[in-house]
Amino acid sequence: MSQIPVVERILGANEDLAAQNRRLLEAHGVHGINIMAAPGGGKTTLILRTIQALQGRRKIAVIEGDIASTIDADKVRAVGVPAVQINTGGNCHLDAVQVQKALAELPLEDVDLLFIENVGNLICPVAFDLGEHTRVALTSIPEGDDKPHKYPGIFAAVDALVVTKTDLLPWVPFNLAEFRRLVRGLNPDIRLFEVSCVSGAGLDEWVQWLMELTARK
Amino acid sequence: MHELAVTENILKIVQRHAEQAQAKRVLSIRLVIGELSSIVDDCVQFYFDYLSQNTIAAGAKLLFERPRVELRCEACGHTWQPADADWTCPQCHELKARVVKGREFYVESIEVE
Repeated sequence: MSQIPVVERILGANEDLAAQNRRLLEAHGVHGINIMAAPGGGKTTLILRTIQALQGRRKIAVIEGDIASTIDADKVRAVGVPAVQINTGGNCHLDAVQVQKALAELPLEDVDLLFIENVGNLICPVAFDLGEHTRVALTSIPEGDDKPHKYPGIFAAVDALVVTKTDLLPWVPFNLAEFRRLVRGLNPDIRLFEVSCVSGAGLDEWVQWLMELTARK
Repeated sequence: MHELAVTENILKIVQRHAEQAQAKRVLSIRLVIGELSSIVDDCVQFYFDYLSQNTIAAGAKLLFERPRVELRCEACGHTWQPADADWTCPQCHELKARVVKGREFYVESIEVE
């Protein structure tokens, strides 16, 4: 009987592929953003509003991750932006292999900014590097202000957090000040945005940040 | 539910190292998985028992080390283990916590014969 040291990352294979994806994006001057949120958090709506706001300023492509259906990719294509739908067939997250296949279907030479919309889930996507440059989480007002207590992992792991559906604040109990305090506690460097895709409030700041992150080809 | 993907990766890593060591059988596998990694231990063992059938690792016991989250305050240097998601420094009350422990996610070693 003997003990053999291993010390190997469990998701090392995924992380190696993610690094390849990142290099591929960089070779084409594309900035990748992994968007993560609960189902119904407003991911697709925020992407659609962002496409509208960046029209003529940045060329966008979208990878849509869902367990089933092409509903989200269809919505994105309808506004004239290249989109690839990944159906994970039950898997709760996207991984670097799926994204690698999707990247092959996109005209990367003609893209500045790539949104990768992850499967609606606050837990599993956090563990899988896709090769993105920036990680963004969304919390929508109706989800409630207790999410940092329940899912600290995602708040601690992202570069930015977008609070969505702020137009519902008058009708939904949500302590925004306490929420901000908790989130900053879990992640002192986080960028916080508060937007309503209905009224348009706060979108300018978010779009400005994206402009700063990405270069135009 | 990404335990299946995680378990497949663990099995691949274990098989490779066991074969390199020309082992006959893997008896146990030590995993270090920090508290911030949301993995259900029993679920991983369940998948492992299934996936490892007829492999060198069949019947191996998974031993989980689950390091608790440990934080270090960048303002005052205090380190502590938070009781909940309020990561305010208990010493100086600043919100400048860095994760020191709790993100581990690796196969540490295997016991073979």
